[in-house]
Amino acid sequence: MIPAAFEYYRPQDMAGVLAILEEHGDDARVMAGGHSLIPMMKLRMAEVPHLIDLQDVGGMSGIEVGTDSIRIGAMVTQSDIIDDASLAAAAPILREAALQIADPQVRYMGTVGGNVANGDPGNDMPGLMQCLDARFTLVGADGERDVPARDFYEAAYMTAREDEEVLTAVTIPLPKGGYAYEKQKRKIGDYATAAAAVQITKEGDVCASAAIAMTNLSDTPVYSEAAGAALVGTALDDAALTAAAAAMLNDIDPTEDNRGPIAFKKHVAGVILRRAILRAWSRA
Amino acid sequence: MKDEVENREDRVANLKGMGCSRKRVEDARFTQGKGNYVDDIKLDGMLFGDFVRSPYAHARIKSVDTAAALEVPGVLAVLTAADLEPLGLHWMPTLAGDKQMVLADGKVLFQGQEVAFVVAEDRYAAADGIELVEVEYEELPVIVDPFEALQSDVVLREDLVGEDGSLPDGAHGPRKHHNHIFTWEAGDKEPTEEVIANAEVVADESMYYHRTHPCPLETCGCVASMDKVNGKLTLWGTFQAPHAIRTVVSLISGIEEHNIRVISPDIGGGFGNKVGAYPGYVCSVVASIVTGKPVKWIEDRMDNLMTTAFARDYHMTGKISATKEGKITALQCHVTADHGGFDACADPTKFPAGFMNICTGSYDIPTAYLEVDGVYTNKAPGGVSYRCSFRVTEAVYFIERMIEVLAIELDMDAAELRRINFIKKEQFPYTAALGWEYDSGDYHTAWDKALTTVDYEGLRAEQAQRVEDFKAGKTRKLMGIGLSFFTEIVGAGPVKNCDILGLGMFDSCEIRIHPTGSAIARLGTISQGQGHATTFAQILASEIGLPADSITIEEGDTDTAPYGLGTYGSRSTPVAGAATAMAGRKIRAKAQMIAAYLLEVHDNDVEFDVDRFVVKGAPEKFKTMKEIAFAAYNQAIPGIEPGLEAVSYYDPPNMTYPFGAYVCVMDIDVDTGVPEIRRFYALDDCGTRINPMIIEGQVHGGLTEALAVALGQEIAYDDMGNVKTGTLMDFFLPTAWEVPNYETDFTVTPSPHHPIGAKGVGESPHVGGVPCFSNAVQDAFRPFGNRHTNMPHDHWRIWRTANELGLHD
Ligand SMILES: Cc1cc2nc3c(=O)[nH]c(=O)nc-3n(C[C@H](O)[C@H](O)[C@H](O)COP(=O)(O)OP(=O)(O)OC[C@H]3O[C@@H](n4cnc5c(N)ncnc54)[C@H](O)[C@@H]3O)c2cc1C
Repeated sequence: MIPAAFEYYRPQDMAGVLAILEEHGDDARVMAGGHSLIPMMKLRMAEVPHLIDLQDVGGMSGIEVGTDSIRIGAMVTQSDIIDDASLAAAAPILREAALQIADPQVRYMGTVGGNVANGDPGNDMPGLMQCLDARFTLVGADGERDVPARDFYEAAYMTAREDEEVLTAVTIPLPKGGYAYEKQKRKIGDYATAAAAVQITKEGDVCASAAIAMTNLSDTPVYSEAAGAALVGTALDDAALTAAAAAMLNDIDPTEDNRGPIAFKKHVAGVILRRAILRAWSRA
Repeated sequence: MKDEVENREDRVANLKGMGCSRKRVEDARFTQGKGNYVDDIKLDGMLFGDFVRSPYAHARIKSVDTAAALEVPGVLAVLTAADLEPLGLHWMPTLAGDKQMVLADGKVLFQGQEVAFVVAEDRYAAADGIELVEVEYEELPVIVDPFEALQSDVVLREDLVGEDGSLPDGAHGPRKHHNHIFTWEAGDKEPTEEVIANAEVVADESMYYHRTHPCPLETCGCVASMDKVNGKLTLWGTFQAPHAIRTVVSLISGIEEHNIRVISPDIGGGFGNKVGAYPGYVCSVVASIVTGKPVKWIEDRMDNLMTTAFARDYHMTGKISATKEGKITALQCHVTADHGGFDACADPTKFPAGFMNICTGSYDIPTAYLEVDGVYTNKAPGGVSYRCSFRVTEAVYFIERMIEVLAIELDMDAAELRRINFIKKEQFPYTAALGWEYDSGDYHTAWDKALTTVDYEGLRAEQAQRVEDFKAGKTRKLMGIGLSFFTEIVGAGPVKNCDILGLGMFDSCEIRIHPTGSAIARLGTISQGQGHATTFAQILASEIGLPADSITIEEGDTDTAPYGLGTYGSRSTPVAGAATAMAGRKIRAKAQMIAAYLLEVHDNDVEFDVDRFVVKGAPEKFKTMKEIAFAAYNQAIPGIEPGLEAVSYYDPPNMTYPFGAYVCVMDIDVDTGVPEIRRFYALDDCGTRINPMIIEGQVHGGLTEALAVALGQEIAYDDMGNVKTGTLMDFFLPTAWEVPNYETDFTVTPSPHHPIGAKGVGESPHVGGVPCFSNAVQDAFRPFGNRHTNMPHDHWRIWRTANELGLHD
């Protein structure tokens, strides 16, 4: 498993990165942790004649917890997410989800930016970010722009990011209420058979708001507005849970693979979502 | 020279001999990354070879164009079948009496088959060269189902059909169809059918033991170095049987055997995957001869999973009959064995289905019949014994499932059904209906100990309560109690009925005692992680009275080690371990004469005591083995040659029959199909225990591979013959996370014919573990009408079982 020959660049600043991207167009790609990109190159499923390593660029490794939002630099690793105490206090769902990604070795290298930019339906952070209504900051030759996570994913490996843009940060409105990230996988290091991210707020005994997103059940992450809506105003009785699961099942479109056939995945998606909702509710 | 400890107990401890949990001497280098594996070998000017592989499972090759590949800087040569043909090396013999293409000769028969060998200055150039070899394929109909293969007009192996369409006999007799390889029978057909036809109770079942793969951490590979000046070929490789490889290389290359040196360095696991000969070895040797430079070939993970020897792929159908009280009267088994495109099984010559005829298990079954049909399909060749003796895992899985099915048919407890059918202690040596003579056993004691330890009655009561709770809607988890009792057949084997390519399956040990009382012993086996350097030194320590720490064990270099058939089928301790003890006894016999001379008494007046010979009745008069060793080199003793060396070639009189009793307790989430192993208890009886710590390690490892196979590990193909599980993302290798805590236990029933009573243990846990995990899953669903579901029991298949039983309604 050896990749085709490529040119390796390690620019010191963003201007350097953008210049190379400008010059080579879709023949160039940035690399963050490399734990999705390098395997693809080794399998020769991705050919990258010009590989731009982001490790030396700087300015993308910070985690800032503000009064109403959190800003996470693109180069923050999944391991950093797990270790950051203020982040764990402000948005515990990030830590719960990150702990279910891969294994410690991968998490030391894999970055938040790479995970959300990759566009692989198996990645856990895209669905998570949709649940949290995050925005992704993209920088290109023409400057900076923000794209909501809920609008970012178009198809497998196809996103709203242009080839010449770099994702620099993820901004998350400070999450409120109860949370849960529930993932079924075959083993450590596996992508989800089905995963659900849930964030719920409660007023009295009634659900005031609910955000629900599912992972690896379509060719993109699925933010199911209808599933959330089915919970709002209810006391999360069985009927509400059933309605939410039904609404979610309407929005997903799983395919058969080694994890199992479609009927199984849909069934598990429903079970996982129910469990996630109940856990989030118990924490709300 | 009086530095040794005087107290007898201390003297015993000082030896670190048999029964001592001596720490593994290998681990100092393995845990520091200082092992020396094949890929660590780097020679001056070494080249690297790698394969162009077929993307198709069945296709004719119209042309191979190597021109563009040869333009790649660093690419030196591209070998195709046309280049190997003049040397007669485009095909090679397999261990199963078939032949296999080294490089595709006109067609390919499985996805990943070797088509061309690119030789380059480094592996990067080779990889680029591979991309540029242009192969024109014409796709042919693909057959991945052996039952379809036996009906199909499509001829997979044209080379095995006469010009007139006739079917010449195969290596194991007549063939029924052009895609049929052999039929192999054991036992008595008609009597068995008759007993079953007239029986009070009959249970029948069909089961598929899926295709999987041994997947050692280190893949297969080699370095071939032909020295054109002295005519010597040195071949380093991941060989489980280095001497056999030397003989095979000599036979197929024509190089005289004394000019070939085969070296197995450290090996990172084998589990059967590294027994056979692969195209990579042949191509590396040819490339080294052609270029005059050393050539390395190392598989990557996908190559390993997709092309070098798989395991199992047995479709088994059984009938078992019994009296109403549960006494088994007969067993019948038919196997349709999928061998892939070439028959490259690694079995003793006379056993094309290995020891599948151990399938009467641990039970006293008076009448039995087994028939196995081997079939070609468009899948990778292999059929090796993955952490088991030849096909024993298949056999034990079969009988342990048949017992469970019979228990259902009888509406009886499966533990009790086993108990009333076990071969009794006083029946040993016991000749089974399918021919094997079990050397020893005490099954009832082991079974009772296991069931008592786990509180079997209590578990059944808890399970019954769980079923009630489930039905009442109080829980969505079911509880399964997996039982298995297995008898292994290991230590192949007696030369009278066991050979590989005509080489008798004896093994050997050669010992040299050095003047200062340390020693080196060389064996015909080769450790792949089993800890031979630790345990064989312990056997010797006890036999010759020198500390294990003063004994070097060396294996794997055919220029220095005595001839042996290698390590697989748990044969090292039963065969080479016996040779070690016997060679040790020769040393001791000579030492006795030297001691008597030194003590000025008659030979018969001294006796061995731990680490010395003492004058009978006068223990203060003695000579230590250390003193005797020195004397062997500095005294002129009348009638005795100088030196202290011995060699022994051991032809075992029988196999050994380790056994064990396993219990698994599992909780299953009916809605997601996720199983959780709550408890796993493993009692092993491997006869005399040489090193309890190593035994425990072997049991943990074997159980973990059993868990893998039972719960998800498979090589799956789609209808087009594409491998769906070619990476570790989909091929299940458990990590510490997935593995439960194992409780190990033992009884000791020494082998009566083995010099030290040892039986072998490395494979037992796998053999017993697979049915135990599987039975736990099946048992959880038994109260809801489940009889049998096929492995692997991954989440979706467990979910499917629940779904089919209506548990999601
Ligand atoms: C064994 C294994 C198991 C895994 N299991 C999981 C899992 O369970 N769940 C999960 O979510 N992930 C899993 N991963 C993926 C892992 O988390 C990856 O590291 C992550 O998806 C990508 O992060 P990276 O930094 O490695 O990105 P890279 O591999 O460097 O890049 C991935 C892609 O994103 C692009 N990219 C990277 N950074 C940027 C940026 N700043 N701007 C624009 N484009 C960018 C790259 O060009 C590339 O196309 C696993 C990986 C492995 C090897």
